[in-house]
Formats: sequence, C-alpha cells, structure tokens
Amino acid sequence: MRASTVKNPAAEAPKPESNYLNNGHTIASWLLTKDHKRIAILYLISVTIFFAVGSFLAGLIRAELILPRGVMLENETYNKIFTLHGVVMIFFFLIPSIPATLGNFLIPMMIGAKDLAFPRLNLLSWYLYIIAGLIAIVAIAMGGVDTGWTFYAPYASMYSNSQVSLTIGAAFLAGFSSIFTGINFIVTIHKMRAPGMTWFRLPLYVWGHYSTSIIIILGTPVVAITLLMLLAERTLHLGFFSPELGGDPVLFQHLFWFYSHPAVYIMILPGMGVISEIITCFSRRRIFGYEFVAFSSLAIAGLGFLVWGHHLYVSGQSMYQGMVFSIITFLVAIPSAVKVFNWSTTIFKGSVRLQTPMAYALGFMGLFLVGGLTGLYLSSMATDIHLTDTYFVVAHFHFVMVGGAVMAMLGGVHFWWPKMTGKMYNEHLGKLSAAITFVGFNLTFLPQFAMGYLGMPRRYHYYYLWPDFQIYHILSTAGAFVLAIGYAMPAFYLLWSLKHGKDAGPNPWGAKGLEWTTPSPPPTENFTTIPIVTEEAYNYDPELAEREETLADMLEHDYSPEGAGN
Amino acid sequence: MPGSLLAQFNMPLMPEQASEFAKPYDSIFFATTALTVFFIVVVVIMITVFVIRYRHGVKADRSNAPTSHMLLEITWTAVPFILAMGMFFWSSYLFVQQRIPPKDAQEIYVIGKQWMWHIQHPNGIRENNELHVPVGKDIKLVMIAQDVIHSFYIPAFRMKQDVVPGRYTMQWFKATKPGKYPIFCAEYCGTQHSEMGGYVYVMSQADFDKWQANGGEKVKETDLTPVAQGKALFERYRCATCHVDADTERGPTLFGLVGKTRDFTDGSKKVADREYVRESIVSPEKHLVKGYDNTMATYKDDITEDQLLYLYEYIRTLGGPSRKPASAPAATNQTGTTR
Repeated sequence: MRASTVKNPAAEAPKPESNYLNNGHTIASWLLTKDHKRIAILYLISVTIFFAVGSFLAGLIRAELILPRGVMLENETYNKIFTLHGVVMIFFFLIPSIPATLGNFLIPMMIGAKDLAFPRLNLLSWYLYIIAGLIAIVAIAMGGVDTGWTFYAPYASMYSNSQVSLTIGAAFLAGFSSIFTGINFIVTIHKMRAPGMTWFRLPLYVWGHYSTSIIIILGTPVVAITLLMLLAERTLHLGFFSPELGGDPVLFQHLFWFYSHPAVYIMILPGMGVISEIITCFSRRRIFGYEFVAFSSLAIAGLGFLVWGHHLYVSGQSMYQGMVFSIITFLVAIPSAVKVFNWSTTIFKGSVRLQTPMAYALGFMGLFLVGGLTGLYLSSMATDIHLTDTYFVVAHFHFVMVGGAVMAMLGGVHFWWPKMTGKMYNEHLGKLSAAITFVGFNLTFLPQFAMGYLGMPRRYHYYYLWPDFQIYHILSTAGAFVLAIGYAMPAFYLLWSLKHGKDAGPNPWGAKGLEWTTPSPPPTENFTTIPIVTEEAYNYDPELAEREETLADMLEHDYSPEGAGN
Repeated sequence: MPGSLLAQFNMPLMPEQASEFAKPYDSIFFATTALTVFFIVVVVIMITVFVIRYRHGVKADRSNAPTSHMLLEITWTAVPFILAMGMFFWSSYLFVQQRIPPKDAQEIYVIGKQWMWHIQHPNGIRENNELHVPVGKDIKLVMIAQDVIHSFYIPAFRMKQDVVPGRYTMQWFKATKPGKYPIFCAEYCGTQHSEMGGYVYVMSQADFDKWQANGGEKVKETDLTPVAQGKALFERYRCATCHVDADTERGPTLFGLVGKTRDFTDGSKKVADREYVRESIVSPEKHLVKGYDNTMATYKDDITEDQLLYLYEYIRTLGGPSRKPASAPAATNQTGTTR
C-alpha cells in the first residue's frame, strides 16, 4: 500500500471548527443567507430537482416513441411533455446549472474574495428562480403548455389553448434571475480580485464565467422583451408577430434566437471553464496556450451573437442573409476547435491521473467533439435544408448541451465536491458512473443522427407514415435507460459520502488555485486573511507531481467499504 | 435468435435519392462526415496516446513541457478556418441553386393549415396530403399557410421550406425516380403536427398524364382552373366596379399589373408581384398607388388563402408585359376531365 509512504494531507490541516455549513442550522439561516456558498448549495439542490423532473419527462418521450403509433400518450399530452422537457431543462436546469451552482460557489473563492459583490442580489436571484419554478409548476397543474420551448408565433401567440402566458411569465422571471447573476459575476470579477490576481492570472474557469455573464446581460433582456411582446399579442392582441394582426412571424424567430442561440454558449462556456480546470489539475500541467483559451471564450461569446440566423435558413429569410449567418457560424466553430486542441495538448508530457473528474472531462471532450463537429452540417446552408427540424438537430444539440454541459457539470461537481462538503466519495463508483453515462449517452443520441438524416422530424409523436425510423428509436430508448443509471448513480454515492466519506482536507487532488488553499468545507468568510497572489494560475510541475501523492491517489489505490467509514 | 429479431426491423442507412438535388446534397453530406470522423479520430487518438503514455507513475520524459507555441496555435486556427470556408462556398453554391427555380418551372400551389396539406394544380386538380408529379419536370411549389407556420419537407428530395402565414415561400425540384415518398410537416404546428403529412407520388410522364386525365382519381370540389375560379371571385366581389381596363378616378387598373413597377403615395416603388397583389387585397391601405386615396376596404375576413391564389392567377392573365389578354385562359374547364 503506497499510502503508508506519504503523510495524509487531511491530517495536516486541522479541521476548522466553524465552516459555512455548520454556521447556523436553522432553516431561516439557509433561506435568508447572504453567503454565496450557501446560495450555491440552494441552487445545487433546486437544479438537481429540476434535472430529475426534466429527465423523467425525457424518459416518457423516449418510451412513447418505441412504437410508430405511440405507446400510451395522447397527442396533446405528448406535445405538453416535450414542451415541458425543453422548458424545464433549458430555463431551469441548463442555463442556471453551472453558473448558479459552481459559479456562485467558486468565483469569489477563485479570485480571493469573501463573497460576491452583491450578496443580497444573489439571494434575490435564487428567489426569482424558485418563484419562476413555482409558476411553471402552477402552469403544469393548470393543464400544461404545448408550444415547444421556442414559443414560435403565431402558434404560441394566437392558436395554442394551453397555459402559454403563465409559462412565459416563468421564463421571464427565470431570465431576470440569470441577469442578476450575470451582473453580480461581472462586477465581482472586475472589482474584487485579491491583490496580485491580474487578468492573466485568473483561472480559465473565471474567464468562462466572465464571457458567459456578458452574454447573459446583453442577450437575456432581449428574450425577456420578446416574451413580453408575445404575451401582449396573446392577451391584448397587439400585432407583432401574427399576420392576422399585421405582424411578422419570422420577426419572432429573429428576436427569439438572438438570445437563444447565445444561450447555448451560456450553457457551454462555463462547462469549458470546468474542463480547463480539471484537465490542468489531473495532468499536472499549466494549460497549453492560456491566452488562446481565455480569448477563445470571449470570441465565442462575441461571435455567438451574430449567428442566430442559422436557425432560419428555411424560414423564408433571404438567401443572402442566410449566407452571412452561415459564414459567421463557421467562424464560431474555430475558437471551439482551438480549445479542444489546447486541452489535448495540455495532457502531453503531463502526469495524468484518471480520477473521476478527469474521467468526466475526457468524456466531455469526446461528446463535445461530436456535438461541435455536427454543428458544421447545420451551419452549412445546403445540408441544413434537409437536416433542420429533424432528429439530427435533436442529436446535435443534446451532444453539445447534455453531452457537453451536463458532463462538465458532473465533472465539476465531482471535482469540487470535497471542497464543498469536506468529504471524499467512492472513486470506483465515480469512474463507473462516468463510463456508464458516456456509453449510455452515445447509445441514446448517435442513432438520432441516422434517424435525422433519414428524415425523422423532431417533435413528432407518431411516425406511422414512415415506420422505418423504428429501429433507431428503439436503440435510442435503450440508451436513455442506460443513461438514466449513469445520471442517478452520483446522487446516491455523493449523498452517501456526506455521512460516510473520508475527510477531504483542503486539497485532496493536489490542485492549484486559491479555492484549494482554504479549509474544506470553507469558513463563511472563505479566507482568514485575504490572499496575495504571486504566481500565475496552473503553476503545476509534472516532474514534481510524479513524486507526489495526494489523498485522492491514496483513496484510489486503497479503497474498501470498511475504510470509507472511518 | 437475435439475427431474425434484427431482420424484423428495416434498418435503412440513408433516405432515397429521388430528386436532382439529392446526389450533390449527399456529396456534401458525406464530405462533411469524412471531415468530422477525421477530426474525431485525430483528437481521440491524440488524447488516448497522451493519457496512456503520461499516466501518473509511468516512466516518461516530462521535462520542459511546452506551455504555448505560436506556430502551432496559428496552424490549428488556420487549418479549420480554410476547411470551413471551403465548406461554406461549396454548400452555399448548392443552396443558391436550390433557391433559384428555372423560369419555365411548373407552378403548383401548396397551402398548409392545421393539419393538412392542400395542393392545387394549375389545371384545377386539387389534392389533400398527396402530391402527384411527373418525373423529370421542373416543379416549383408556391406555398403559404392559412394559420400557423408549417414546413413542407420531402426527405427523398432533400428539400424543406417553411410555409408561413402572410407570405409566399417557394421551393423547386426535379424528381428523378418514380415512387412513393413521404411528405412531412417539419415545423411544430400544434396538436396533430405529427399526423400532418402524406406522400408525394412521382410518376412517369405517361402515368401522370393518365392520372391527370382521370381528374386525379378523385372527386374534386370543383373542376375549374385557378384562373376560372379567380374570374368568378373577381365577379362575385365586383372588383370591376373600381378596377377596369384603364386607370379611373375610383381605382388603378389591374390590366398588365403583374410585373409592372408601381409608384406609391409615400414615394416608394415596388414591382407588383404575388406578394403585392395579396397585400393589396388583404391590407390595401399599406401601399397606396400614387394619385389614389385609401378608399378600398380590406377583404381580409372574407377571403381564404386559396381564393387569394385564384385571384392572383386571374389578375395575372389581365394583359401585361409577358401575358396575353384575359379572354383566352379565362375559359372554364381545360383539363378534359370526365365529370
């Protein structure tokens, strides 16, 4: 057993008596907290619940499609289920997931600050999010909504008889929640960095969030206004989008995608930040081309605003307009490619540890590669004609948003779990869940590319007109159930670790970064004294790392259920 | 036996190639696939090799690990850039071809409504959820929606176009292979979205002529051509009270209207096309012809999308730069149907 040859890092640091978790046990101390870490935990619990709800709805959709004429649902029910799946996953899970949980928890700690710039605003964000969620639940209870999460006019504004107005209200409030978070992050990153924490010493994770916050505060107000316009047309019959009232339905799509395409980058940029942190830590290497990775985040955020028209190639917009959007869409792929190359090269000459977060990060890279590259089919105009609004698109954006953002979210949760809770989880189960998720994900969504190319339109309840799609639906549904196991596992072993996990100590992974210099779980003030930063981020030495052993290494080599109980 | 179980399922790998676009489309599709697979393989191999070779505890040279390399960064920015631009031009070229129909393409009207495709052939034959076309002919679909946005999609032709209320959209094709291919509605349009579809029947010219001669095998609501129906509507709505063969005080003439440039009271100009004719009937106040006041009432609530198409077809025959005067085509049944 190698563990005996080195000191246990957990033993070095005395456990702090007071940390953010045990500083107040009442419900009020949680619901009225201004501590960014507690708010992060509130968000973590709420987004996990929404993820479970959204996943359950996805399971219903997949089960229904096993047979060409459906298994158990009515048309209307099916339409409401896929709409809710989209609304819940996008507005209540993917957009807030990484920023509101890991971002909230880590940004102040990574830059050496005691809290975010506006702690009360931060708490208000969470309340807006929860109220939005409750309104969404009321909308479901009152009959649900059947417009698709995109709310296309004039269907949503004039024709749908479901709870469109309430759902729009929920999305509107959730939008404000995310605007407040974005403002908070930008001000915090600008004004509250510790002495010596220059822009080019910022962890790339912070760069990812900075870029995301720019998108949030520029883009979200536009979708908020657009949704209000839709509401006004629906209730007051003001003519914006419906030709019967003198409006233009394609205008809605322009306004909607102006936000909703960049929103994809809201989901993925923080994820890329997580991956940058994990890859460097588990390769024990300074990231290759730090500046390129940092600026590629900003480039993605900037270019991301100029590509929305690629959703509209077949909408009736002019083909010259389409060409402008096409060329810019191709351009936005390039900073993403640069990131992937830089991550891959970072592993070169590293000292690679294949622990759970790294397993998720490698899984992310695989899935993001497929998701990103299949974007090329949709940015190029001719191929998009046939593929748009088919399962090819469904597969593509699930690879990016679920394969990418969710893998990164899970990787990040596994990476910072010891910091957030002070506990280590079962490493074997962690790696197993990463592997099951990866396999299940590919089995679910790879067949959908084939199905889409064959012509299976998305949002279809039935396909009896052309039942050839069935074999692919069956594969995909089987994959979804494997994927469900992969997603459910962490919920169990992570919760189990709260009680039975080994103490993590301040830095079980041997990682760099200010958040690892403070005890786990961190005290309410994060740092006893404000740190002074004297070195760049990721100042790892792979040769030195070969001779080091961390707590995580020891646990990996010596795990037994009995040992975990200690 | 797993083999026989699998054999129960048809596992097609690609949709049929049944239009002239399908082959060039698939060339781009497979070229993109080759590129995608290439990059995935390169990166996955790179990562796998690095992870194995530099695994913690494995002896390897880890000295002087590079942390940046300008030439490498420029290379892996420039190479994807060049490839992307190549794909952009190739793909846009085909897209433009798909969007500019040949001048003499046969027009067929498509009206999408919840939840059905109405199709109107120029000789009066109407179909629902079925489209019969001859093989090897340029066909142009002129499409509009009655209520919400739909999307007319024929995978075997590799073509799709949204069908939007309030504006005409268009797509064209030349079918290359007789057969029966599915039509889907690709834009979510409400409760029965997934049932809004049917089949396109591509027929040899001889079969098509026979089908046409039989009046499309079905009892039609009317055997009048669109032009004849337009003329009837023109009379029913008494359009000729104001619009006669020359400009009068009451209203500008519609003779020779289509294709002519109109001057408006607000100083703007517009070529009178399908879109303009529709707008002038539905919201006449939007573009007032120079010298005229806003005196025409809107027919918005009285008229359906089909009727608008018929009126346009009739107005188009009222003289003009490229059209003969009204008398000849306004005659009724030209299809030779037996009813």
